[in-house]
Amino acid sequence: MDVVVCVKRVVDTETKVRVAADGKSLDPAGVQHVMAPYDEMALEKALRLRDAAGGGTVSVVTLGPPEASKELRTALAMGADRAVHLVASATGDALSTAQALAEAVKALPHDLVLCGKQATDDDDAAVGPMLAALLGVPCVAFVVALDVAGKVATAKREVDGEAEVLEVDLPAVFTAQKGLAEARLPGLKGIMAAKKKPLEEKATTPPPSKTSVRALALPPPRAACRKFPPTAEGVRALLGALRAEKGVL
Amino acid sequence: VSAKDVLVVAEVREGRAKKTALEATTAARALADAAGGEVVALVAGEGVSAAASDLGRHGADRVLAVEGEAFRRLVGSALAEATLAAVAEASPRLVLFSATVAGKETAPAVAARLGCAYVADATALAFDGDAVVATKPKYAGKASATVIALGTPVVASLRGNVVAPREAAKAGAVSPLAVDLPPARVRLKEVVPPAVREIELTEADVVVSGGRGLGGPENWNLVLDLAKALGAAHGASRAVVDAGWRPHSEQVGQTGKTVSPKLYVAVGISGAIQHLAGMSSSKTIVAVNKDGDAPIFSVADYGVVGDLHQVVPLLTAEAKAFLSK
Repeated sequence: MDVVVCVKRVVDTETKVRVAADGKSLDPAGVQHVMAPYDEMALEKALRLRDAAGGGTVSVVTLGPPEASKELRTALAMGADRAVHLVASATGDALSTAQALAEAVKALPHDLVLCGKQATDDDDAAVGPMLAALLGVPCVAFVVALDVAGKVATAKREVDGEAEVLEVDLPAVFTAQKGLAEARLPGLKGIMAAKKKPLEEKATTPPPSKTSVRALALPPPRAACRKFPPTAEGVRALLGALRAEKGVL
Repeated sequence: VSAKDVLVVAEVREGRAKKTALEATTAARALADAAGGEVVALVAGEGVSAAASDLGRHGADRVLAVEGEAFRRLVGSALAEATLAAVAEASPRLVLFSATVAGKETAPAVAARLGCAYVADATALAFDGDAVVATKPKYAGKASATVIALGTPVVASLRGNVVAPREAAKAGAVSPLAVDLPPARVRLKEVVPPAVREIELTEADVVVSGGRGLGGPENWNLVLDLAKALGAAHGASRAVVDAGWRPHSEQVGQTGKTVSPKLYVAVGISGAIQHLAGMSSSKTIVAVNKDGDAPIFSVADYGVVGDLHQVVPLLTAEAKAFLSK
């Protein structure tokens, strides 16, 4: 089975966000980068599907700066067979990204495409469904389980507290929700093997974006916390304050 | 046909417009009023007349109704096809979805097929000359971005719980819209109902979440009892989900669900950045923790420093008495 996984290099989720001097981007000082957590889950699932099928390839694609080769090496060390790096010093919005990725995905063997449900920086959850629309294939977003039998996949996702089980004609795009698969840590053997796997770099200029960020702001600071004593009187006063001062309850 | 109209893509649950659809209609009404345009609502489902009148009552000038079994559950491309037909019929300036599962799956697909701008999970929207200006959270709410979207139409999804539904009765004249669906490549095989009917975390007005301070899964009834007393949904921190005490679907935080209820109660949660990212946009935050220096108190409005095993049962009992008054 051949699977393409789209991944993104993002700032670590434990990052303390500061706004840069331009007023519209993240201050890069001291920021660590990782493969987006949901993309890792998508990759893990792809590796398991390939292995369960007893053959095939997992190709990983990213659009990003030259430094994103680090995340692709991680993907290869986890077990992906090959990587394609669309190298772009500047990237655009979700549609621009999906358009660039679609061209790369078309050139790779794929029975299905997996993406994380969203990158943990822009939080758009848009590239997967856009990619499917551009490729003209079906999409199921937010899947927590996925099985493939021949040319049909069975996917499960949670909607309004219920679980939907869906049968999907392949090829198709799926986006990973937490629960799909827990990503493995690459072992030393994988890290050594990754150095010999193909990592193709393609200079890329993504199509123009229709949206742009004018400003990035931190949420307003919250007022100091008012403490109540851990007693019956204390919690009564707390409930009273919630109703009288905050209008809840 | 006006270049100032807003098309709302409304979802139906059990025959009525979902709360998120009423929120989007209310937001659309304000936008259309400011621009001198109309609100057109699209409603697709099986038996949509009651939902259509819900939308009219909340400010839809007209309603495009798509009826059919194929739209009963919005899987595959059904909602995208209906939306594209409605866009062709109404030529809106803005196409507004709710940031639900169906909305987040469909809105980007519609934007890609129209080749137009998409703003995901907007918390505010305005027309500004040729542009739509939107505010949206980034980095799981650690920051918010002002986004300029150009071109016509602009597609957006509206985050739940940021606009309160408001009645603003308009004609809501219903006209049927015919939609041709291609053969379904995604088919619903089964719907597994929840064991207990529960309030959806992301739509709840009140959320009670528990963390590692509970000590173990056997103490989770403390969280459940308080949630029940407050009529709240219940959630969990990542530490607790990773430890296997609670399912992934209950996780609140950057790699879980983002919630912004009117009241968020954090029990035994220290407040890792990861967790704060998923809940710090809640309107009021209450924290119960034994460590008075825990980071959760930096975002909490009210706090109780003490042993949660004593404080939470007290809070539950007092809340029951308080709410019955």
